[in-house]
Amino acid sequence: MAPPAARAQVFEPKTFELANGLQVLVVENRRAPIVTQMVWYKTGAADEVQGVSGIAHFLEHLMFKGTTNLAPGEFNRIVARYGGRDNAFTGHDYTAYFQTVSRDRLDSMMRIEADRMANLTLAEPEVLTERDVIVEERRQVVEQRPSSRMREQIAAAIFANHPYGRPIIGWEHEIKALTRKDALDWYARWYAPNNALLVVAGDVSAEEVRAMAERHYGPIPRKAVPERVRPQEPPAVAVRRVELKDPRVRQPSWSRAWLAPSHARGLPGVLGPEMSDALDLAAEIIGEGPNSALARALVHDRPLATGAAAAYDAANLDLATFWVFASPRDGVELSALEAAIEETLARIVRDGVTGEDVQRAKRRALDQAVFARDGAGTAARAFGVAFATGKDAAWVESWPQRIAAVTVDQVNAALRAILRQEGHTTGILLPRPGS
Amino acid sequence: MTVLLRLVLVLFVGLSALAPATFARDPVEVRSPGGIVAWFVRDPSLPILAIEFAWRGGSAADPDGKGGLAAMTADLLTSGAGDLDLQAFARELEDRSISLSFSAGADTLQGGLRLLSREAARGADLLALALTRPRFDAREVERVRAQILQGLARDETTPETLARRAFARAAFGEHPYARPARGTPDSVRGLTVEDMRAHLARRYARDNLVVAAVGDVTPEELGRLLDRAFGALPARAAPVDLARVQPPAAGRTIVIRRPAPQTFALFGHQGVARDDPDFFAAQLVNYVLGGGGFNSRLMARVREREGLTYGIGTGLGVLDRAEVIQGSFSSVNDRIARAMDIVREEWAAMGARGLTSAELQGAKDYLNGSFPLQFDRSDRIARLLVNARLDGRGLDWFAERQRRIDAVTLEQANALARRLFDPAKLTVVLAGEPQGIAAGE
Repeated sequence: MAPPAARAQVFEPKTFELANGLQVLVVENRRAPIVTQMVWYKTGAADEVQGVSGIAHFLEHLMFKGTTNLAPGEFNRIVARYGGRDNAFTGHDYTAYFQTVSRDRLDSMMRIEADRMANLTLAEPEVLTERDVIVEERRQVVEQRPSSRMREQIAAAIFANHPYGRPIIGWEHEIKALTRKDALDWYARWYAPNNALLVVAGDVSAEEVRAMAERHYGPIPRKAVPERVRPQEPPAVAVRRVELKDPRVRQPSWSRAWLAPSHARGLPGVLGPEMSDALDLAAEIIGEGPNSALARALVHDRPLATGAAAAYDAANLDLATFWVFASPRDGVELSALEAAIEETLARIVRDGVTGEDVQRAKRRALDQAVFARDGAGTAARAFGVAFATGKDAAWVESWPQRIAAVTVDQVNAALRAILRQEGHTTGILLPRPGS
Repeated sequence: MTVLLRLVLVLFVGLSALAPATFARDPVEVRSPGGIVAWFVRDPSLPILAIEFAWRGGSAADPDGKGGLAAMTADLLTSGAGDLDLQAFARELEDRSISLSFSAGADTLQGGLRLLSREAARGADLLALALTRPRFDAREVERVRAQILQGLARDETTPETLARRAFARAAFGEHPYARPARGTPDSVRGLTVEDMRAHLARRYARDNLVVAAVGDVTPEELGRLLDRAFGALPARAAPVDLARVQPPAAGRTIVIRRPAPQTFALFGHQGVARDDPDFFAAQLVNYVLGGGGFNSRLMARVREREGLTYGIGTGLGVLDRAEVIQGSFSSVNDRIARAMDIVREEWAAMGARGLTSAELQGAKDYLNGSFPLQFDRSDRIARLLVNARLDGRGLDWFAERQRRIDAVTLEQANALARRLFDPAKLTVVLAGEPQGIAAGE
């Protein structure tokens, strides 16, 4: 199989900056007469002060609660009247808001999105009701799901010092103590044009976007925004085990996480950020699909697990994590599964993956760059995440070249560096007997 | 996109207040040399092709005692075929970046093929291989069986799944729609390779096949691909013999006690059929009550005003032989009773007074305006086309849909609301530890 030719670019965006510091990125996509507007703020749950967890996400909810120009709920009503869809989401490194509408409604969407960048007003009763909603959200998406509870506990164990160990939605007791003042302080601190990226993807030109953006976002004054300096993680030297028993669990599950570099920050003494692409391919090769080493050893050659996988996401401002997961088949002891996983990982570290493995994974990855252009949402998301995690548009566009340049030696070096760390965190989710 | 299509599109944008929202996505009908008909949107803007397909007759047609047969067979079709075992088959798909998947719904078996157009011929061959020569290797059968059994065990402790099953039993009684689509532990343990081969021969045929494609091939190329992929299937499927079924007219409340911080609530009664003249009136009324996200009456009261839930919604469930209107939400155990009271109040108010003309217009604006937003990815467009064909719609459906929505009058919508909404008929299932609310007829 011939090595694939790397495309010069993926999404071919146009970028510019308004005088107030707002970054603007446009991806023309003429396949349907629709357009997506996203505004990404460079702030998220990892920027919260200890003890006030959940405020980034709380404010995201409150951004729909009215401005000096719009009544509470009016934002949603306007979007719906125009046949649009809108939502928002919060991560550790970003908070983002988006609407998808027919192309002739983009101007209206910019008007109301720009309005809430500067003119949010919050009434006390609305804030308190919304806090109840978030407590219900936490119950629904975390407490009701054993696997979510487990993830939250593992994250808290992996990160001894970095705020990535705190849940994005916040701890329940801290959510319940959040106030209107906390929300307004957060808004005043982080929400500014010079801390945001406007992405517009769809049936529109950069020139049209520039004119609209100047009109709506241009008048918003720039303001001083703090540097994002988070407490960093000490070396992981200990083996940590987290065991969670939950009455709703019938089948145990096993996972292990190692600290890893992100695309923006290296793991000191272990691996630099420039190796994040190699690590990306490594996770795919050892942990995705029935031909991966983990699936072969644990699911297919020996029937120990119903599933086994590896995962790594480099797109963090600070460190990232590298994961291996498995679920035992009925009748297989968790300790036997764990021993088999460790044996398999030791073999991977010893023998390494092959040049052919890497070539195949690269080819698949490069083909994905074509599929990524089918649907406008992928582009908007990729640029927003990169922007909020210390990277830029050129970084996203260089992805095919970077992937094409990864060597088998780099993949093996990355795998060995990560998997040979002394410290890691193992999570074991178990049934609670007698329930 | 071709120059011609671009012109159409620009015209549409200029005339958007008058023209129906069909723009460049109206499909054409392609008939293969072997007689297989597909709806097709040609889109050369990216070198990819998405083919979506469905066969009428789904898990509800599983024979008695063989619950889960359609689902398990679908899971195994990509686990090795012809000379290719699981890993060799997967490697073929991976190395050519071909996605191929199958699943079973209540009324249809479904699948999708998505690939770079340069791999279209090989993709069609692999699809044909999966459909006509699946291996059902014992090792894979037992692996998939183990996965399904684990999923069924997990279902037993998932309040939402338990509630959905209880609702289906209450609504559909002995009808196959009441059976879990993935079967029961007993039925799944009993499924054999012979069962699956027989199912394949009976259900995956040409006369019950519905196909649509979007992408970068010519109609002639598509025709040849269709014959390659589906030409070797049997001409005729076995008939599906299922009765129509209606939820009971008398409401009741069912409580499933499970330790949980929240209670999941599911409620509903008889709905409106797809070919009912009031189908779009029902869609509009549902939007106002609970289908419209933050703008619905239920969301406004239960979430926005009282903070009782993270989200509440309602929808029209339409199967081939039954229909319901149904809603759901989760609330903390000691506030679920209050939230259910509001649901009943709003349900009754909609039945008694219907909606306002402003609400009706808002619903029309949204249902018409948001429809094109789904046309943003080849495989989703192809799936929309398959669903329109399954629903018996014509090639002009996307324009026709808007005409029908626009034609609904306030009188019609409110007459439908009076006929449809009756809180006394609600079957309510509560799973969790609800307080202040009890099971009862």
